[in-house]
Amino acid sequence: MKQLWVFIKKESKHIFRDSRTLGVLFLMPLAQILIFGYVISTEIKDARIGVYNKANDYTSHQVTERLISSGYFKVVAYFSNKAEMETSLRRGNIQMAVVFPGDFGNLMQSSDGAPLQLVADASEANTAQMLVNYAQGIVNRYGWEKTGDIDQTTLPIQIDVRMFYNPSLKGVFMSVPGIMAMILILVSAMMTSISITREKEFGSMEVLLISPLKPWQIIVGKVAPYVLLSFVNAATILLVGILIFEVPMNGSWLLLGFINLIYILLSLSLGIFISTVANSQMVAMFISLFALMLPTILLSGFIYPIENMPDPLQWLSLLMPPRWYIQSVKDVMFKGAGFFVVWKELLIMISFLSAFMILSVKNFKIRLE
Amino acid sequence: MRILYYLLQKEFIQIVRNKIILRLIFILPVVQLLVLVNAATMDMKNMEMVICDQDHSSLSNRLISKIEASPFFVLERMTPDVANGRERLESGEADLMLVIPNDFEQDVIKGQSGEIQLLANAINSQKAQLGYAYMQRLTSDLGHQFKLEMTGEKTQSTLSSTYTYWYNPELDYKFFMLPGILVVLVSVVGMFLTAMNLVREKEMGTIEQINVTPVPKYTFIVAKLLPFLVIGLFELALGLVIGKFVYNVPMQGSLWLVFGIASLYLAGLLGLGLLLSTFSASQQQVTFVSYFFLLVFILMSGIFTSVDNMPEWGQKVNLFNPLFYFIDVMRSILLKGAQFWDLWRQILGITILAISFLTLAVLNYRKTS
Amino acid sequence: MRKAESSMDVIKVDKLVKKFGDFTANDHLSFQVKKGEIFGFLGANGAGKTTAIKILCGLSAPTEGRVEVAGFDVEHQTEKVKKSIGYMSQKFSLYEDLTVFENIRLFGAIYGLSAGLIRERSERMLKNLGLYEQRNRLIGNLSLGWKQKLAFSVAILHRPQIVFLDEPTSGVDPVTRRQFWELIYQAAAEGITVFITTHYLDEAEYCDRVTIMADGKIEALETPRKLKKQFDCETMNEVFLKLTRPH
Repeated sequence: MKQLWVFIKKESKHIFRDSRTLGVLFLMPLAQILIFGYVISTEIKDARIGVYNKANDYTSHQVTERLISSGYFKVVAYFSNKAEMETSLRRGNIQMAVVFPGDFGNLMQSSDGAPLQLVADASEANTAQMLVNYAQGIVNRYGWEKTGDIDQTTLPIQIDVRMFYNPSLKGVFMSVPGIMAMILILVSAMMTSISITREKEFGSMEVLLISPLKPWQIIVGKVAPYVLLSFVNAATILLVGILIFEVPMNGSWLLLGFINLIYILLSLSLGIFISTVANSQMVAMFISLFALMLPTILLSGFIYPIENMPDPLQWLSLLMPPRWYIQSVKDVMFKGAGFFVVWKELLIMISFLSAFMILSVKNFKIRLE
Repeated sequence: MRILYYLLQKEFIQIVRNKIILRLIFILPVVQLLVLVNAATMDMKNMEMVICDQDHSSLSNRLISKIEASPFFVLERMTPDVANGRERLESGEADLMLVIPNDFEQDVIKGQSGEIQLLANAINSQKAQLGYAYMQRLTSDLGHQFKLEMTGEKTQSTLSSTYTYWYNPELDYKFFMLPGILVVLVSVVGMFLTAMNLVREKEMGTIEQINVTPVPKYTFIVAKLLPFLVIGLFELALGLVIGKFVYNVPMQGSLWLVFGIASLYLAGLLGLGLLLSTFSASQQQVTFVSYFFLLVFILMSGIFTSVDNMPEWGQKVNLFNPLFYFIDVMRSILLKGAQFWDLWRQILGITILAISFLTLAVLNYRKTS
Repeated sequence: MRKAESSMDVIKVDKLVKKFGDFTANDHLSFQVKKGEIFGFLGANGAGKTTAIKILCGLSAPTEGRVEVAGFDVEHQTEKVKKSIGYMSQKFSLYEDLTVFENIRLFGAIYGLSAGLIRERSERMLKNLGLYEQRNRLIGNLSLGWKQKLAFSVAILHRPQIVFLDEPTSGVDPVTRRQFWELIYQAAAEGITVFITTHYLDEAEYCDRVTIMADGKIEALETPRKLKKQFDCETMNEVFLKLTRPH
């Protein structure tokens, strides 16, 4: 046991001496959470629109004014012909164009009503949808007001909206568990798989194997420093999330810690498994990076809601450990769920953990023989 | 030139001989493209709504049938019990819950605002926002119409708006995602291969044998870049083929332009990979640092959410983000048919970045320590 | 007479100092190596041999002092120096995932040999080594002894004025070491100056002159015979022990 301790200390020293890697290790979660907190936003604000006004009358100006004063839109261009509008859309200078027909004001008096056209750049399908929606809301409301002297201050139907679990609609909210899932699996799986494979590549694994250390002790020694690093990382993200972005923590810290421990061990076992398969660091990198990076972002419900995916992908996402982690962390943090709510997720993660361990041991034995 | 030829020959032999990596380079991105593009769906068409109608009036019935008819909402169930509705919302079975209180119609008839309550599961904030926007439009139209009917005036608004979604009339989100994911895959493969390749030579000691020769360092660096640039372009072509035949992504613009700009882009990105590798002593280190840069680039690039929603400073940071330019270029050329002059700003940005990264890499690569 | 002799010096080292932070790896080294000489650089591990050889080859820049190799200043005319030298590092550094011939072709081309010359010389060299049949095998599959002999032959493929060998025989069996020294003598006979570091003291006997380094300083520089006589020893091993552990 004393040998193991010495070995762990040696390995830790090796990692902690590499100040560049350590720096990145702490910068990465910070940068990510700041990006999600301050930069990435789905909120439409000051969207760039252009106006192609063939009428140029009082009414059309008023509608334009309404669009601007909503805060959603900012007019960056006025067009005098269709070609200008097309170029501007194609170049991405504007996201949507508003086209007023020739005698817009007069048409509003007629029985058919005035048609107003919105042309949205739908290469960004969702933004286009949102923009059109917001613009239509504003335009329609203006239309109803003009139709029959309706009191402008009271809407006939008022919606009292409550955004649950995330009242201020902060995007960073739902991204905190996702960021943790990503960083932890990266630090644990990618770093360990590369570091163990490195030993294999340089033949120093054989030196270790003939040392008095038992194989499991070597592995423990290799991964122990990463457990510590992962925990520090998870704590950093949580702290920043809670202190700066006011992410709620409604559940038990102990339970959250336990979930993290299981997930970290799971990631480490995945890393060990990868290293038993890979014969060079590059292979280890490719497997862990490709198998982990995009799938973790895209298939775990981190950015894209799982329920929107086609069925086969929903099934596939069942095989993504981060999915269960994100789910349980969300439950505990946002909803204050206790052990009896998240036991299923925990059980699934523990099953993954055991599966990777068994596979690794099997592969390791084959290699030794 | 002759030395370059032999160095390139050496690099290609090494790449081709590494069968596992070669397979991973091509299989992993293809699989990811086939799977992940489907996962990245933000279609907002199936928002599940649970409705508690306590009013049971003709107006509330009209509201419900309007919701049912809308393509965006799916009526998950009707329940008279608010508590039961809340449960369904909390369990995630419903995204939205609508409560229509019992004097709803009466209030509207009396000329007050009829207030309804919309409860949204806002853990996915974008979905909640869009759901709210749809509901606002729906109720605004219904409310005004209802009031006009009461007064017996005309029931048509004098202002109607139509919309067209250009470049992607079906609002196929995959058209938006495929170019983005493809760029990420090409970048990941290119940058990591380049970065790890040089550091691997450092780890193996082979770089020393090269450094002691009179080989010009420009030649050496070009020989290190070119093979991965070719692989990157090949990968891009493969991805476009999948885009065309699997996802039916339109390709409006010139593919020559795509590949021209892609070469420039890759030269810069691989230059960055080389630059990072000149700083690094181990493959683990360079992997980690590259991952950090790539992740920040990816998250900032607007691949998932529109760059327009970012705060001003975030958009400024993006001036240094090669992925931001290139994803924009890909989407613009493929979906909008943008031409050279439409993209001069992006091309300029990519060129400046490429020159800077390459210059720094050459300056920082030292044959003498 | 003296003047003529000094113009024959292909390596001139004057008060060379190399520091890594506070640690002084080379402490004011000064020596000359004559053309055609087999010059041994002896010392225990960590004495500063590898640091010195890397500076001589232009792989590492000196902190102080002046080093001239093949008539060029190592610090400022590094690339010119590199054309005139060959180098074999302590760690095997040919490409293991290339074949024997591919390695030879690559380095031959880098030094500007024509394809014809590469073919001709590699054929002669491989036959001489007895490796001709193996020319299409991956180097990674060769034994360490073969690797070392091949690395040396590749280092002198372009007929450099000087070849630097950093611990070329460490870890190989005695028979291979003998064969290796035969290769060194062949090269010297062709007029190539050989600069070799080693910690095998018996090998010092094969050198024309040796320096003995300890703690970054040169403790002695003479022919092996004179050194033995000076310190009144039977073998170089004893000389070495006397010099490095005087107390």
